[in-house]
Amino acid sequence: MDSCEYEQIEPRARPTPAPTPPTRDGREERRRPRRRWEVFPGKNRFCCGGRVIMARQSGVFPLTLGLILLTCGLFFIFDCPFLVQHLTSCIPAIGGVLFLFVLLTLLRTSFSDPGILPRATPDEAAEVEKQIDGSGNASYRPPPRTLEVAINQQPVKLKYCFTCRMFRPPRTSHCSLCDNCVERFDHHCPWVGNCVGKRNYRFFYAFIVSLSFLTAFIFGCVATHLALSRGPGGPRPGVRPAGEPWQISLRLKCRNQNVWSILGLSGFHTYLVASNVTTNEDIKGSWSGKSGEGVANPYSHRSAVLNCCATLCGPMPPSLIDRRGFLPQDESVQAGDGDTQPPAAAPVSQINVVGGASRPTLALQEPPNPSSADAS
Amino acid sequence: MGNALYLPTCLCDPPQFHNLQELRHSASLANKVFIQRDYSEGTTCRFQTKFPSELESRIEKTLFEDTVKTLNNYYAEAEKIGGQSYLEGCLACTTAYLIFLCMETRYEKVLKKIAKYIQEQNEKIYAPRGLLITDPIERGMRVIEISIYEDRSSSGSSSGSSSVSSSTAR
Repeated sequence: MDSCEYEQIEPRARPTPAPTPPTRDGREERRRPRRRWEVFPGKNRFCCGGRVIMARQSGVFPLTLGLILLTCGLFFIFDCPFLVQHLTSCIPAIGGVLFLFVLLTLLRTSFSDPGILPRATPDEAAEVEKQIDGSGNASYRPPPRTLEVAINQQPVKLKYCFTCRMFRPPRTSHCSLCDNCVERFDHHCPWVGNCVGKRNYRFFYAFIVSLSFLTAFIFGCVATHLALSRGPGGPRPGVRPAGEPWQISLRLKCRNQNVWSILGLSGFHTYLVASNVTTNEDIKGSWSGKSGEGVANPYSHRSAVLNCCATLCGPMPPSLIDRRGFLPQDESVQAGDGDTQPPAAAPVSQINVVGGASRPTLALQEPPNPSSADAS
Repeated sequence: MGNALYLPTCLCDPPQFHNLQELRHSASLANKVFIQRDYSEGTTCRFQTKFPSELESRIEKTLFEDTVKTLNNYYAEAEKIGGQSYLEGCLACTTAYLIFLCMETRYEKVLKKIAKYIQEQNEKIYAPRGLLITDPIERGMRVIEISIYEDRSSSGSSSGSSSVSSSTAR
């Protein structure tokens, strides 16, 4: 019988000999450890070292930002001084708080991960493929594959995603603009330049509701300004309007249209939240019997209050795509734009890495870094 | 060191303990088993407890089921909608969600517990049997991936390389 001789190797040691010191001829560039966001397969744009994620097409997000800043700017410059003088100084304070809230929730909605599902690893995809009967011809796309599951005794069909190579979990949809499967997909919003999904729906809802309050507030203030500066029987003595009344009227008319459309959108989303339905499901008529599949929403808690609490005050789910983690060294060198996820054995630097011992392979590992755990 | 994993690779000899690095050289990845999600109660994170046939010769059914049930309980705790989650949600809303940038959420705390639990299970139960569990968070919380290892040096593949009896000594 052979006696096996083994030597203790530190778990973090690399199996291959250390490479030669980097030279200055571009090999140094290739050896720079790359972060996962640099090889992310979806159509997303990343900023601040992967901390900020948006859709590649930012849509009309700059316009949204510009409109909000312009409207509030005009309000603070022209209406506030007049109203402070004749009413109360609370008006700019309330306006300021609302404006800040709107801005912060807008940025949060636009810059956070909406709930993107990472694509299936090659092993996982192969396992799923094995379970599905399909033709061997790579160029022929078989009919859409579905998997039926029972959710709260309600039959639901899960569709197979050809891009991500997995059966989409319930309520997940593939966004063609971002080329990602997003959990609890609501819609892709060009106004915020990002998808709205499981992780940022509450930010989006807070944004549109606070925007409704802000526009209604500004509308009210501008109307008050107009009313005070005109008054019955002409301008009041001692009252000097800031700007001609026709200018104020014009701004009022523009505001009027905005107020109703934003109020309408808030009302629609309040209905969706209370019935625990996404915009996507509402449009497709998934639970209204139009598609003929089922008529009851299996995700609803049967109470509007409970639905609201679950959707808006539920636990904040974590981001499933590790944007700030480092790729293994060998992949950094050869990775172009990775089409698929790194192999299953590759280590991932995440907040929940307690030790390296649970990985089948070991390579260059970053020490667990709390700052890489931004769940935004 | 505390992070080293030990795996006996020869059945005939007295058990030799090696660390995980040697697992790569002396054992090869034979197969992977994927435990899928259980959607019967909705979209909350739950995994199926059905015992896969590939693991029948490797591990006792009760041990496997215990692991999956414990993981399911952890996820249920993380996703529980109750007083604490309402408090967290309302507090976050009043701060325009800025607090999420500074504070670790309850879900993240539970994920750390889960990672610790999986590592413990790997060290005590799965690695001695030539198995390795991958944390579901690394697979988008879609599957629990269990890797099955075979000893390269052993000629027979029937009983594999894992010796159950002498694996727990540390």
